[in-house]
Amino acid sequence: MSFSRSLLAILALIATLTAAPLALAAEVVVYSVRNEQLIKPLFDAYTRETGVPVKFVTDKEGPLMARLKAEGRNTPADLFITVDAGNLWQAAQEDLLRPVNSKVLQANIPAHLRDPGNEWFGLSVRARTLVYNKNKVKPADLSSYEELANPKWKGRLCLRSAKKVYNQSLVAMLIHEHGEDKAERIVRGWVTNLATDPLPDDTKALEAVAAGLCDVTLVNTYYYGRLMEKQPNLPLAIFWPNQNLKDRNAGVHVNVSGAGVTRHAKNEKEAVRLLEWLSSDKAQNLYADVNLEYPVKSDVRWDPAVAAWGRFKSNLINVSQAGALQTKAVMLMDRAGYK
Amino acid sequence: MSSASSRDLAPPVGAFAVSGRLTPWLVALPIALITAIPVLVVASALVHPDQEIWDHLWRHVLPELLVNTAWLTLGVGLGTLLLGVSLAWLTAACDFPGRRFFTWALLLPLALPAYVTAFVWLGLLDFTGPLATWLRESWGVSWVPPIRGRGGVIAVMTLALYPYVYLTARAAFLGQGRRLMEAAQSLGQSRWRAFWRVALPMARPGIMAGLLLALMETLADFGTVAVFNYNTFTTAIYKAWFSLFSLPAASQLASFLIFFVFVAALLEGQLRARRSYAVSTKAAAAATRIRLRGWHAILAGGWSGLIFMLAFVVPFWQILRWAANVYEQDFDDRYLAFVLHTLLLSGLGAILVTSLALLLGYAQRLHPTPVMRATTRLAAIGYALPGAVLAVGFFIPVAWLDNQLIDLARDWFGRDGGQILGGTLVVMLLAYCARFLAVSFGPLESGLGRVTRSVDEASQSLGVVGARRLARVHLPMLRVSLLTALALTFVDIMKELPITLMTRPFGWDTLAVRVFEMTSEGEWERAALPAAAIAIVGLLPVFLLIRHSEHAHT
Repeated sequence: MSFSRSLLAILALIATLTAAPLALAAEVVVYSVRNEQLIKPLFDAYTRETGVPVKFVTDKEGPLMARLKAEGRNTPADLFITVDAGNLWQAAQEDLLRPVNSKVLQANIPAHLRDPGNEWFGLSVRARTLVYNKNKVKPADLSSYEELANPKWKGRLCLRSAKKVYNQSLVAMLIHEHGEDKAERIVRGWVTNLATDPLPDDTKALEAVAAGLCDVTLVNTYYYGRLMEKQPNLPLAIFWPNQNLKDRNAGVHVNVSGAGVTRHAKNEKEAVRLLEWLSSDKAQNLYADVNLEYPVKSDVRWDPAVAAWGRFKSNLINVSQAGALQTKAVMLMDRAGYK
Repeated sequence: MSSASSRDLAPPVGAFAVSGRLTPWLVALPIALITAIPVLVVASALVHPDQEIWDHLWRHVLPELLVNTAWLTLGVGLGTLLLGVSLAWLTAACDFPGRRFFTWALLLPLALPAYVTAFVWLGLLDFTGPLATWLRESWGVSWVPPIRGRGGVIAVMTLALYPYVYLTARAAFLGQGRRLMEAAQSLGQSRWRAFWRVALPMARPGIMAGLLLALMETLADFGTVAVFNYNTFTTAIYKAWFSLFSLPAASQLASFLIFFVFVAALLEGQLRARRSYAVSTKAAAAATRIRLRGWHAILAGGWSGLIFMLAFVVPFWQILRWAANVYEQDFDDRYLAFVLHTLLLSGLGAILVTSLALLLGYAQRLHPTPVMRATTRLAAIGYALPGAVLAVGFFIPVAWLDNQLIDLARDWFGRDGGQILGGTLVVMLLAYCARFLAVSFGPLESGLGRVTRSVDEASQSLGVVGARRLARVHLPMLRVSLLTALALTFVDIMKELPITLMTRPFGWDTLAVRVFEMTSEGEWERAALPAAAIAIVGLLPVFLLIRHSEHAHT
């Protein structure tokens, strides 16, 4: 019968397509939260240089971590790449990563941008800063994240949704610096000053400032870079907050995208080699420049577009604090009515 | 004609009544397990409640979210009913200039991912959009349409989801044929009253099946409401799981959601089971349409055109414009692979899901007891769970099983390799079943309900029973329902994200995965290229469906 024949054909097709190929000896398998278009150019370059193929799959951080956990000792993944120190901290917390003792990584990556326990390492720096409308705000009026809670900004502030981990990390840092009570007062002040309900992404927040809906917002610099690349005439400018030179702890809130070798990596040696390569001068430029981020390695040249925004002093608190305090931060934002 | 005597509802007699005890269960139970296991995995974390998180959510998060969710469900429910039923009636039972075009065109919004439609509308109507900018710069008016409010979310989700109701209601109206209306009118009812009192009630199973799908998708949605920053119950589940890292709290919330939908679906099924909606097919085949003239025709065409514009033309036009901007930069030969993967996964998935749904519907028909009904409802509950939650719930037992298999293979055969199940298409397709059985089951169940028992008895008296009866009597009668189920599942799998992301083999990127890569970095313009490709690929099943369903009834 033709029906049973076509059924057989379908089954044969499935069987052919699903035959899982055995892992090659020298091959690194990566689970990546950093998107394909940002990460693939690096893997391609790495394979060209070393001959080692990199197999990778992308997903969101929550599902990828759940996946690593469920697969346990049989996971195919050797390296886990994700964005935000909060996620890296959580991965270490759930015992998904293993410590790596590498002189290269310790030399290339500043101490505050990697895990004190050496389970994960920052690979690019993302600065969350203020962007204002040049027609409506003088830079002298701006000073710090905290000061945006001041009533003088009432109806002039735009914020991205509290759902985004970038904002949760920023609030976690405020908790670390000021304690929960003061941090909550600051966040409440922000909410009071909002010109409109929180926006779905950083680009929308920037567009709202450019259109005059509000005067100032808080974004990661690369969103600003991307938008200005497309529309250079927007009346927007970057302001680096918390630059008080007398306060040792002051500085722009920075976060990282980074990576760690998985707890059950089959190919630890190759995974570490890839990780070390990612922290090298050449890879650092590729890694950061493709998304207008900052290299973690301090002597690496910045992308010209990025360099044009100027140098800044960044907050030197270890980024792992963002993870440790994330739950507190999310609850605080809920209490303060930041949606 | 409707035949609602109790004899028709009794289980069929003869050979089938004997095997009918066991066989339906052998079929229904394994299928239900595909969904039940992930659901149980999600619910199992209930035993370790996370008091601190739960207290926090209850105090500061849930009160608002419950109100938001109730409004959204109510609004989208009424909205999809209004649009879906009115358009289905106009295109199935009436005739007006442009009807043939609108018949399939009104299904096209299904091929656009709802969150993309939402983003486009937000972009067009918000403060920074062209309308508000023009008002502000040309007229000094700073009025902004309240798109980011409750009304905006409801409107956009209604525009994205009405095709479910449209499609299932249309199949129901087509199945009734015109004789039903003629009979009602010959009994002295006006055409309008005949519609309200006969055609609409008789189409209820179909309409409800579509409504249930639309509402389940509304409850499970995360992406569309996130574009509006409109927080719903599902937002709380994601927050508990992925921001507060509390699996127990997330599963408490998810279990509540499942329970609610399960009870609602059961109640609806219970009400429906008390009546028969079977219609003689001879009458249905002899359908003639109500010809609309003058103002009526203009109104019908205008209404169809308006919805088509808002739900498809405007968002698709914007997507095409964006896609054109990034085409040179982003389009490469990999797109061929993306399209092939998309077609293959959606095709295989749709066939598998629809086959299982048909078996399930058949099991329920042979053995229509409350326990069986509950089992089939359970099998179809996966659609109400937020996608990422179901994906994780599905992945955990599969990975566990895989680890057992790997150990066995090592101990017995000395095999020292990687995963056996993990990263295979089989796992992926089964996961699609867990999620999309409801999408196939709804149209098929209402389709099976329209096949009378007397058909079964007649074929039995001719010696046509069992599989042959299914193949030669029922399948031809179910053609429209089957096509509907296939097309809906195909298009839904094409747009699906969390399961595809989590279970795809290495290198198996699809068009939806491309959309994800871009939107998760906020690059909506670049996401437009794969989104446009999804819509274009999605045209194919929609077109085939309508062509064949038209032929079946003319």
